[in-house]
Amino acid sequence: MQVLQPDSWQEALELKAEHPDAVPIAGGTDLMVELNFDRSRPATILDLTRIAELTDWGPENGHLRIGAGVTYARLIAEVGDRLPGLAIASRTVGSPQIRNRGTVGGNLGTSSPAGDALPPLFASDAEVELASRTGTRRIPVGEFVTGPKRNCLAEDELIAAFHIAPAGGPQQFAKIGTRNAMVIAVCSLALSVWPERRGVAACIGSAGPTPIRCSEAEQFIAGVLDEHDLWGTRTPLPEAALTSFGQLIERSARPIDDVRGSARYRHHALGVLARRTLTWAWEAYRCA
Amino acid sequence: MRLTLTVNGEAREVDGVWEGASLLYALREHLDLPGSKNACEQGECGSCSVYLDGQLVCACLVLAAQAEGRDVVTVEGIGGGDADGVHEVQRAFVEAGGVQCGFCTPGLIVASHDLLRRNPRPSDPEIREALAGNLCRCTGYEKILDAVRLAGERMASQT
Repeated sequence: MQVLQPDSWQEALELKAEHPDAVPIAGGTDLMVELNFDRSRPATILDLTRIAELTDWGPENGHLRIGAGVTYARLIAEVGDRLPGLAIASRTVGSPQIRNRGTVGGNLGTSSPAGDALPPLFASDAEVELASRTGTRRIPVGEFVTGPKRNCLAEDELIAAFHIAPAGGPQQFAKIGTRNAMVIAVCSLALSVWPERRGVAACIGSAGPTPIRCSEAEQFIAGVLDEHDLWGTRTPLPEAALTSFGQLIERSARPIDDVRGSARYRHHALGVLARRTLTWAWEAYRCA
Repeated sequence: MRLTLTVNGEAREVDGVWEGASLLYALREHLDLPGSKNACEQGECGSCSVYLDGQLVCACLVLAAQAEGRDVVTVEGIGGGDADGVHEVQRAFVEAGGVQCGFCTPGLIVASHDLLRRNPRPSDPEIREALAGNLCRCTGYEKILDAVRLAGERMASQT
């Protein structure tokens, strides 16, 4: 086994082109478990923790460009006010030790349907920036993740950053698990309210092969909000609309039975999370 | 491979570390520092908590090579500054009965130390949140919470 430790992004891209089988490591919270349990023995590991560029973030054309190596702890502390949905999700990741090391870049690279950072990214139409020696491309996160633990990263590419709009309104995230810390989601839901474009976005996590955007539920609730001019009056949501929204979210899920929970439970729980997160977010909008 | 790093304030260099080894393995098996415990090997239990460049991490999830040139502080280095070599956090764990079998203790000492250096008077929810990544199967946690409160009070009154 060899460990490559580039000091710059350009050097990392050169090395990835020369060693297409090299497995990238950042916080190590996924890859080290594979190594410790002897589940994988990559011939080459590419350590990305010495690359300062990956840990930068900043505004870019009205959006935020956040380096793939920014840890969950830093996301919460430094960008939590502009990305409240992602910050809530980040607080549910692992433990303080894990949040000090784990990165959204790693969550994207692993592309697990249970990755906690993914639903908030989907609910904000984030884009993933991929780079290789020959250039850079940006892909909507919903196209980047192609299946359970699968994505469209080419073998000479590395994840450079993600681009995301700052919150335009209230955002929420809720997750089901046996305790608050150290939990792989049984299921989760990210919800973001976009008053300017009069829309609500919702994305299911951990109840399908990939995170799932719930377009039917989104269109339904946008129609209700417009029809009753609730954006303007800021009155409470009709109870019947909340119920229907929950049912539509439930129906969007494509869960399986596994060790963490049954498909039937996940459907049910997602309906509850949908009503809760929409209630919280709408209350925040009304009081804003 | 050769690994060069600073551990508990001392420059150390060891040879023959496997490229795929964790920092935890290097500490325990190459650097004669068995204080950090090896239990779950997947970041679940916190028994191997150490500081890496001043940040609390699970040593089992750090590739040893990633610690090259870095600064590591283990539980063995926590008490270094005190006259008797025992830190206030460690003393409080003993006095409050926060130690039973002792296996989780090193990780909890480092995690509690990390909390109290940032926030000497944490609320109970803050203590629970800070220690959420450290499992103990003996104490039921109540005496660990007592120990953190006790250490916090003493540390706050000293400054």
